[in-house]
Amino acid sequence: MRHLISSMRIAFRALEVNKLRSALTMLGIVIGVAAVIATAAIGSGAKQRIQQQIASIGSNTIIVIPGSLTSSGLRLGTGNAITLSESDARELPLQCPDIALAVPVVRGSGQIVYGNSNWATLLFGTTPDYLEVRDFSLVEGSPFSQQDVVSGNKVALLGKTVAANLFGEIDPIGQSIRIKNVPFTVVGVLAPKGQSPTGQDQDDVVLMPISTGKRKVIGVKSANADAVDAIMMQAKSGERIQAAQEEARALLRQRHHLAPAEDDDFSIRNMTDIFAAQEASSRIMSIMLAAVASISLVVGGIGIMNIMLVSVRERTREIGLRQAVGARTRDILAQFLVEAVILSSAGGCAGIVLGVAASIIISRLANWNTVVSAGAVVLAVFFSALVGIGFGYYPARKAAYLDPIEALRSE
Amino acid sequence: MPEIMKTSRLTKIYRLGEVTVNALQDVTLTIERGSFVAIMGASGSGKSTLMNILGCLDRPTSGRYWLDGIAVEGLDRDQLAEIRSQKIGFVFQNFNLLPRMSAIENVQLPLLYRSGDTRDADEAGRNMLGLVGLVGRERSLPTQLSGGQQQRIAIARALINEPQILLADEPTGQLDSHTGAEIMGIFQRLNRTRAITVLVVTHAEEVARYASRTITFRDGRIVEDSLRPPGAHADAEGPFASTEVSP
Repeated sequence: MRHLISSMRIAFRALEVNKLRSALTMLGIVIGVAAVIATAAIGSGAKQRIQQQIASIGSNTIIVIPGSLTSSGLRLGTGNAITLSESDARELPLQCPDIALAVPVVRGSGQIVYGNSNWATLLFGTTPDYLEVRDFSLVEGSPFSQQDVVSGNKVALLGKTVAANLFGEIDPIGQSIRIKNVPFTVVGVLAPKGQSPTGQDQDDVVLMPISTGKRKVIGVKSANADAVDAIMMQAKSGERIQAAQEEARALLRQRHHLAPAEDDDFSIRNMTDIFAAQEASSRIMSIMLAAVASISLVVGGIGIMNIMLVSVRERTREIGLRQAVGARTRDILAQFLVEAVILSSAGGCAGIVLGVAASIIISRLANWNTVVSAGAVVLAVFFSALVGIGFGYYPARKAAYLDPIEALRSE
Repeated sequence: MPEIMKTSRLTKIYRLGEVTVNALQDVTLTIERGSFVAIMGASGSGKSTLMNILGCLDRPTSGRYWLDGIAVEGLDRDQLAEIRSQKIGFVFQNFNLLPRMSAIENVQLPLLYRSGDTRDADEAGRNMLGLVGLVGRERSLPTQLSGGQQQRIAIARALINEPQILLADEPTGQLDSHTGAEIMGIFQRLNRTRAITVLVVTHAEEVARYASRTITFRDGRIVEDSLRPPGAHADAEGPFASTEVSP
């Protein structure tokens, strides 16, 4: 113990004498560790955001969109044909044991006016179950009912963004608005959800009964008045998603009278698949950044080795004297290893501070989500100490095996 | 065992490229415990080579060496370091103090490498500085001290592990004659009162006069080995002879 303390004291004194040199040597490690911390923070921030988005949409959610229509041998792209219907949506939960809910959705956009304010937004015509499928809750008012859908009542639920832009401080419940010049009554305001995975504001939306939407606002895009733009479903549980997808596919093929050789005239996606792809690409990015950061750690280590070799040469006579008064190989080895580890660990600590600061600045300036994890910090400290030992070993060993006579004679 | 060091046909050959230099040739010699020996000779005569081998800093090319009964030539680096730590104190011509360490830290340096030592380092360091007459200079840096004071720190450092042997290589080489006499007085006092065996390598007659035995080297061989009766040197009672010697 006395040994370690005195080794550290000797090392600190040696580093103190060459303050500028020590600081420049540390710089490599500082930058390396800061880069590792910052990239790890960006990586886990991105991952956290994706997970939050999955949670915001609901990991049980499955979307069916029309598409892949084959017309005279010409395959059209997704969404070009209206092949899904309200009755498909009604039948899905009845016939498929793993599907809890299914709601039809028609989509449009339009200008909303309240008093002097107006706002352009997305319009969704759907059924009351939509709220549960998308895991929306209300901050104010109440949802529209199945009766509203049947009667085609002109009632609307506003997303938080829409409500804020049209009404500001005023309570929107019970107020009358005009959507594409059709008067509606606001019955509720949705709780905010934030951005969607594709960067859309999920709160910039107005929900209304599907019947009202089709008849008064959005219109019908196909000869078939029953057609819808999408069906959103909720599986009974996260584990049953695959089963639910298969059941939905079988039922829809049967209802659409598709022969076994024909392609599906719809596509089924679930949110987890979409996010898994995104997560994979962000993970590749993180790994690449981490690799670049590790290279700078290695470069920092080489800097330490270089300076330690200079230090051993400068202090050859001191080493000889220590050997003459009884220092063994391991004593000298320990002394120089401690010095290298102090250099790299101090650099590592400075790097952590810089890395955390960089993460905060990045999240402020670039508006990225960053998460500094304790694991990354521990790893950075561990690696910088390891770099010190790894790159300090060769110079330390060189010092430890000097010939005492030659060392004492050196200038 | 009256002899503390004994060598048999020590030979040291240096190879410098094509040239081989016989620094020592068949040196057989016995040093009595508690004696004060001067080793003399011109530079290149082999006296420093012998000193390095006797001090366990170097190993002979051939021949045998027993230190305090231990056959040294078969020991490895760390075993030699252990012997240096326990049995030998070194004093060098250029003092070899660590410039950024205070006087007492320089004196305490060998304690770092001494295993199983439970003494209080501060007390031991102060005692040693007292022994060489440097009380109150514990915190001074070597650069703030005169040459004679620096060499006294080096002697205190050599003594802190209570060695049986002091090896001094031209200890007065960088000092004026008065200061040199003071340093030699300290050696003589340590030899007489503490029965430490002292070996001094020198080429100066006035330094050799403190010794009770003078061995002269030329071309790697002993050419003269003469005993002087104790007390023959009149100047031996130097300025430090009157100083109180702490036990």
